[in-house]
Amino acid sequence: MDTRQIFETVSMIEEQNLDIRTITMGIALLDCIDSSSGKATRKIYEKIVRSAEKLVQTGRQIESEFGIPIINKRISVTPIALLLGAAEDLDPESETSGPVAYALALDRAAKELGVNFVGGFSALAHKGCNQGDTLLLNAIPRALAATEFVCSSVNVGSTAAGINMDAVRRLGEVIKETAALTAHIGSIGCAKFVAFANAVEDNPFMAGAFHGVGEAECVINVGVSGPGVVKRAIEKVRGEPFDVLAETIKKTAFKVTRMGQLVGLEASRRLGVPFGIVDLSLAPTPAVGDSVAGILEEMGLESVGTHGTTAALALLNDAVKKGGVMACSHVGGLSGAFIPVSEDAGMIAAVERGALDLNKLEAMTAVCSVGLDMFVVPGDTPAETISAIIADEAAIGVINHKTTAVRVIPAAGAKVGDHVEFGGLLGHAPVMPVSKYGSVDFIKRGGRIPAPIHSFKN
Amino acid sequence: MKAIITVIGRDRPGIIAGISATLYKQDVNILDVTQTVMDGYFTMTMLVDLGKGPRPFDDVKKSLQSTGEELGMEIRLQRVEIFDSMHQI
Repeated sequence: MDTRQIFETVSMIEEQNLDIRTITMGIALLDCIDSSSGKATRKIYEKIVRSAEKLVQTGRQIESEFGIPIINKRISVTPIALLLGAAEDLDPESETSGPVAYALALDRAAKELGVNFVGGFSALAHKGCNQGDTLLLNAIPRALAATEFVCSSVNVGSTAAGINMDAVRRLGEVIKETAALTAHIGSIGCAKFVAFANAVEDNPFMAGAFHGVGEAECVINVGVSGPGVVKRAIEKVRGEPFDVLAETIKKTAFKVTRMGQLVGLEASRRLGVPFGIVDLSLAPTPAVGDSVAGILEEMGLESVGTHGTTAALALLNDAVKKGGVMACSHVGGLSGAFIPVSEDAGMIAAVERGALDLNKLEAMTAVCSVGLDMFVVPGDTPAETISAIIADEAAIGVINHKTTAVRVIPAAGAKVGDHVEFGGLLGHAPVMPVSKYGSVDFIKRGGRIPAPIHSFKN
Repeated sequence: MKAIITVIGRDRPGIIAGISATLYKQDVNILDVTQTVMDGYFTMTMLVDLGKGPRPFDDVKKSLQSTGEELGMEIRLQRVEIFDSMHQI
């Protein structure tokens, strides 16, 4: 084997922060459905602990043998709203026999196994809310405040069904309540909740991972990362035309995705669980040199947020997908470039220097892999404004046949100019201003925005 | 199980001797070696066979790391598949 190639791989891992962001085990909980909430929560705990018993240990062993860091080991489960709908003895407010008990069961299992997160305190409410969905939505703030490892998501729209504006309206309030209940820790509960449109069933990334009902009993999904590797690669083609730039990103994405495929297949073999997909997203971290914004700036932008940013991101997202698709037998999840604010040093700097505002961020989400992610708005932002932000983002996804999402933190007590610290992979973020004009009457309407027409595209 | 050992550090006498002795003690067979010195920096890649025995991968890795510390070199042991999968279709 070529020595140069060996050292290229070593340098990608050691110097350019190439890592496997997560091995996520998806576990179906449909057999845990029970009319007794006590029995259901017991079955949930037992099934997760049994299925993922060796997940962390196997992840660590693969990490050691291949010398590639695997940052997180996670679990995603069937949307819990489906289980809540069946329980006959639920007391919506109770922590022992209500929806929060289901979240606590997930949390206990995560703690027992030593995984980093468990996702799936979720509801699929894109066309309407059934009984389980309503119970879950109302319990989200308390569930996120009472647990440490649980992540929650609600799908509020789809291209086939339109947008459930009743759910969107309720989520504005839910996010505010979550911020208030976790006010003492920077309203961090909101960082563990995401509102989706066109949610995917096999996403290994948090906070939006859940194990869809169309999935197998148990699968292994892998999320790769590597913004630093892409940045280093395109530094070598500075000043070259876009064709060369796109080609360079494709080749790099190919190499990165091959790692994911290798680790996914190895984990699947060792755990005796089918391999699901590789999600080839470029997921930044607050570490220096691990920034998606850094890639966009390396393309020639003075700062992320300036004119040209949307085009640069579109090229990046597309080239990452094209390079990754050939590298792997099954690509899925979100796959593309993530643009969270707090988790990306370059995005934080752009907001701080006044180059990036929410309007430009929203435009960027029309071409990135997900949506408005990990941004902080003032604590006194009205619930209706948050709902309207979700509605805008859902509309982009529903009309354009793509997944979009909102993970917003209206940090309690925070004002524009303040800085909120979350720590770890979640990073820190400056508080961004929202429009001073309200959306109250718009959100108050409720009902459903109809599904878009699939013809006459312009 | 085949693996690649990569070694980087300032050149000094006894590097190959030290690493080979450690591998010999661990019953690891050396299949191929490439080494060069650039600007006083010693770089070496070694293809090795850890055999099929019950000896845990981590033991070999740990003993190489402690040899690395003694020699003042960075020594890594990684299974060969990671390089194959990245650079070969």
